[in-house]
Amino acid sequence: MIKQLAPFARKYWWAMVIAPVTILCEVLIEIRIPVLMAAIVDKGIPSRDISYVTRTGGIMVMMALFSLLMGTVSARFSSVASMGFGSEIRAGLFRKVQEYSFSNVDKFSTASLVTRLTTDVSNVQMAFMMLIRIAVRAPIMLVGATVMAYYINSRLVTIFLVAIPVLALMLFTIGITTFPKFQAMLRKYDAMNASVQENLISIRVVKAFVRSAHEKKKFKNANDDLMAASIKAERILQLNMPVMLLTMYSCIVAIMWFGGNMIIVGGMKTGELIGFISYVTQILIQLMLLSMVFIQVIISRASASRIVEVLNEKIDITDDGAKEETKVRDGSVRFEDVSFRYNRDAQDNILKHINLNIQSGETIGIIGATGSAKSTLVQLIPRLYDVTEGRVLVGGRDVRDYKIKELRDAVSMVLQKNVLFSGTIKENLKWGNENATDDQITEACKAAQAHDFVMSFPDGYDTDLGQGGVNVSGGQKQRLCIARALLKNPKILILDDSTSAVDTATDAKIRAYFRENRKDITTIVIAQRITSVCDSDRIVVMNEGEISAVGTHEELLQTSEIYREVYESQQKGVAD
Amino acid sequence: MPGPGRPRTGAKPKSIRKTLSRIMGYIFRQKTRFILIILFVFIGSCANVAGTYFIKPLINGCIVPLIGKPVTAQALLPFLKMILLMGGIYLIGVLATFLYTQLMIKVANGTLNAVRTDLFNRLQDLPISYFDTHTHGELMSRFTSDVDTLREAISMGVTQLLSSAITVVGTFVIMLVLSPILTVLIVLMLVVMMLIIKKIGGNSAAYFKKQQKAIGAANGYIEELIEGQKVVKVFSHEDEVKKEFGVLNNNLRQAATNANFYANVLMPIMGNLTYVNYAMTATAGAALVITGRMDIGSIASFLQYTRTFSQPITQISQQFNVILAALAGAERIFEVIDAEPETDEGYVTLVNAKTDADGSLTETSERTGLWAWKHPHGDGTTTYTQLNGDVRFNDVTFSYDDKKTVLHDVSLYAKPGQEIAFVGSTGAGKTTITNLINRFYDVNEGKITYDGINIKKIKKDDLRRSLAMVLQDTHLFTGTVRENIRYGKLDATDEEVIAAAKLANADYFIRHLPQGYDTMLTGDGSNLSQGQRQLLAIARAAVANPPVLILDEATSSIDTRTEALIEKGMDKLMNGRTVFVIAHRLSTVHNADAIMVLENGEIIERGSHGDLIQEHGKYYQLYTGQFELD
Repeated sequence: MIKQLAPFARKYWWAMVIAPVTILCEVLIEIRIPVLMAAIVDKGIPSRDISYVTRTGGIMVMMALFSLLMGTVSARFSSVASMGFGSEIRAGLFRKVQEYSFSNVDKFSTASLVTRLTTDVSNVQMAFMMLIRIAVRAPIMLVGATVMAYYINSRLVTIFLVAIPVLALMLFTIGITTFPKFQAMLRKYDAMNASVQENLISIRVVKAFVRSAHEKKKFKNANDDLMAASIKAERILQLNMPVMLLTMYSCIVAIMWFGGNMIIVGGMKTGELIGFISYVTQILIQLMLLSMVFIQVIISRASASRIVEVLNEKIDITDDGAKEETKVRDGSVRFEDVSFRYNRDAQDNILKHINLNIQSGETIGIIGATGSAKSTLVQLIPRLYDVTEGRVLVGGRDVRDYKIKELRDAVSMVLQKNVLFSGTIKENLKWGNENATDDQITEACKAAQAHDFVMSFPDGYDTDLGQGGVNVSGGQKQRLCIARALLKNPKILILDDSTSAVDTATDAKIRAYFRENRKDITTIVIAQRITSVCDSDRIVVMNEGEISAVGTHEELLQTSEIYREVYESQQKGVAD
Repeated sequence: MPGPGRPRTGAKPKSIRKTLSRIMGYIFRQKTRFILIILFVFIGSCANVAGTYFIKPLINGCIVPLIGKPVTAQALLPFLKMILLMGGIYLIGVLATFLYTQLMIKVANGTLNAVRTDLFNRLQDLPISYFDTHTHGELMSRFTSDVDTLREAISMGVTQLLSSAITVVGTFVIMLVLSPILTVLIVLMLVVMMLIIKKIGGNSAAYFKKQQKAIGAANGYIEELIEGQKVVKVFSHEDEVKKEFGVLNNNLRQAATNANFYANVLMPIMGNLTYVNYAMTATAGAALVITGRMDIGSIASFLQYTRTFSQPITQISQQFNVILAALAGAERIFEVIDAEPETDEGYVTLVNAKTDADGSLTETSERTGLWAWKHPHGDGTTTYTQLNGDVRFNDVTFSYDDKKTVLHDVSLYAKPGQEIAFVGSTGAGKTTITNLINRFYDVNEGKITYDGINIKKIKKDDLRRSLAMVLQDTHLFTGTVRENIRYGKLDATDEEVIAAAKLANADYFIRHLPQGYDTMLTGDGSNLSQGQRQLLAIARAAVANPPVLILDEATSSIDTRTEALIEKGMDKLMNGRTVFVIAHRLSTVHNADAIMVLENGEIIERGSHGDLIQEHGKYYQLYTGQFELD
């Protein structure tokens, strides 16, 4: 895990070096201070040498100020290093996700990908910062202060040598036992969030069925579960503080007793005793901080492994088999004995032995029940998924021969579940073609029957769409998506149920435009409404992953029972 | 998880005092515990201060006088006694710390639990219009980041503030007793430290605000682009997107580096200023001892106190941002809790009824299957009207925002058992009509009656109980198939559930699921096809068995062939009920008793399918529009 995340720290390696080095300087100076103080008390006071006292005091102040400077520098560079590290990971994840194929994205849910790029990254980033600040500082401090204490009194230091391992062991035990309890708590936390989310999404259902009391009860269970788990986890974690205090106080008492005895018999001086106590506080505070880091790191381990999962995901659609400079010649499409399943471990194929030949410029309608794999079929054309068996040819060549960008520029697809992004309408349309002129944009929108409603907005093409394009209705959104796809000037255009929310008359106009003006484009239309496909050159009837029939509207009415049933189900009343 | 890396949203709270006192109100629900906490924090801090004080008498009274004298058990006895006393006091301090940290766990978690409960419960009672103006993400973040920052502030902040305050005051008093001159010196240094904290704090707040904005921008972009990842792929837009994100990410890095620098720098500055303080105290103290105005034990105690004095101040200043963020978060939470809930001035209720010998209706506690509206009148009498499902609109005008009128003078009636269909383009007001029937929204003008009673007089819960809706977007809940169907009627028996599933033609596919009716559905039923989910929603409405049914594009996601298969089930479901149907596909409404064609919020045509076809109006156009290309 560390191996995979380490490269992200490379860019800011200098900050990662400066930060600990300055921390080292800071600590080394810091631990000298109590010794000087002891000198003042033990040398300056007995000899009543005011100038010695002020001189030593002045040195101490200078040292503290220098240490302050070092501390400030280390604060700066540890911040640079850790925020840089986080930013590199975020960018790395984002780049990786951009390379994901559809099946990679399907594997993680969108929500989980978002959490990984946001919360998980900041958890890891925070743990990293604590690591380079405190995990460096504490051991240096520990060793340094112990050495200094040894230098003051080699026998008294035994107290440290007993106390430190005991405390370390206790803190470690607390950390270890807490971890699984924290994980359990996190699961409860997720469960509670999920229940809130579900409730918010379904609030209309809740209200329509008058189920708020029921929902409140459900939430109470999730909420109480979380509380119980959280109390369980914190019970142990909160022992940190008393354990820490117990050790510190024990040390002080022991030092006072043994140290006091030494002073009495003349083996130690008073100032040294005070200095010793000062080291106890220093060391133990560092140990406590270290235990906090330890817990944070353990907790962030879960986040780190979630990040690494994203990074390690094998991308299944790549340019690897592509031949340079292969251009898509025309808009012909050919399925040769294509079988497909989303998951190679699954038993049944979603598509079974598909053979289909589409001429360039042809209009193809695809119809079939929900779940008959219509969308799956067309998604193989721009290589959104790779076939399991057989092959798909575009322009006479296997789709895997093309560079992905070349292929997808030639094959424009309007997805069933489509999105517009925040920004203006024009910015969204330019996704299709960055250099599109206003005339081209207007033309595409006219073709998609979107121009009129766009112009009805006060800002026209500069109308700002909120996140997810919330300002436009479902039908309007679909028409904008069609226009966006058209702007790519593709050889093949695939409309996957893209006019379902468009009324029949507008739908008809869109199709009429294609028939009259864009004869060169191969158009593949998936639809529920028979009217959306009945004027196609050929119609493909899909049933349970197989092509059940192919033909024109009239032919299919004669030959395909399924087609006839669909037709009749949509024709009721017409004959009356 | 309250990880420290969680973005803190929002900067400054508006009214600190009010929010604080409200949080205290929640904390005080566990009054006994909280008072005990205060007590133990007090004991713990005092023990800490007092224990340190012992260094002075130990050195002055027990160690220094014995220097150079023969060590006898007799002579060491007072020293040992003193040490044991000191140890005892420290032990009490540890015990008190243990007790208050453990008690605080309960108080903190209990408080958060109560806040979350209030928040969730209020959300259930808010009107639908609230959810129109607030996104799910926004409301979710009340539960996640806002409650998280509050958790941090409560579980760490409260006890830390208390103990810090007590420690500072206690230490100050003892320092004054030990040496007023040195105390003045320390207080002066403290003022300097406070000034620095204030300066850094101010900068830090400004940078934190910038960081917040940058986090918002980057995270928003991440969310949006990952949501639309498939579109990015289809348009091969990966490189552009990476570039855009690079800019946002870099902005975030810079802002975060600055913000964290200011947060980080506090510790070394405070720590080392404490050393400056320490050095000055040692020097000045030594000078005082030399001039005979102070003893050596006092210096020892005093030096230890310089640290116990400044440490809590550093801690508080570090907590300051967290506390501010928590207060701002709490304020946002309270805003939701304070939002105006859905009002209900209705007084007509739905009760089980039975017919008396004379044919009149009376209320009964039995489940008779016969329902009646119980209508208490001003003169003290109560009338019972049988629940039939007669719905009428009289000149209804409605607007969501008082600006754009969505429905304009709509009048219509649905007699019990009739099927009324609404047809029209998106935005014509079809869904609005159904939202008015179940009072998700209230009419602006005109009135709607249900069995002759103005629906404003009917208690909302009872009104909605008498209606069942199947919506365009099916929402299912995490749980088994059985539980999801039962959502329509919580006390439905298994037989009723299965009967409802059969009615909706869902029984067949449910039996083919891995665990049949006990198959778990997760993530809004994502393991089912759209059509199957829709069938479950229909079954859910069927089990509720209400006299009025609203189908809002209920079958739009089902292909027509499947729809034809379930139509029988739908017919059975619709039989004997008043049904309002909104449909996109005209083929699904031709059986309706009356079809209303809506345009711009007005009914422009009404009649049966045959009538409307005859009329050659808009409906005819729409209908034949399907075939104009033949």
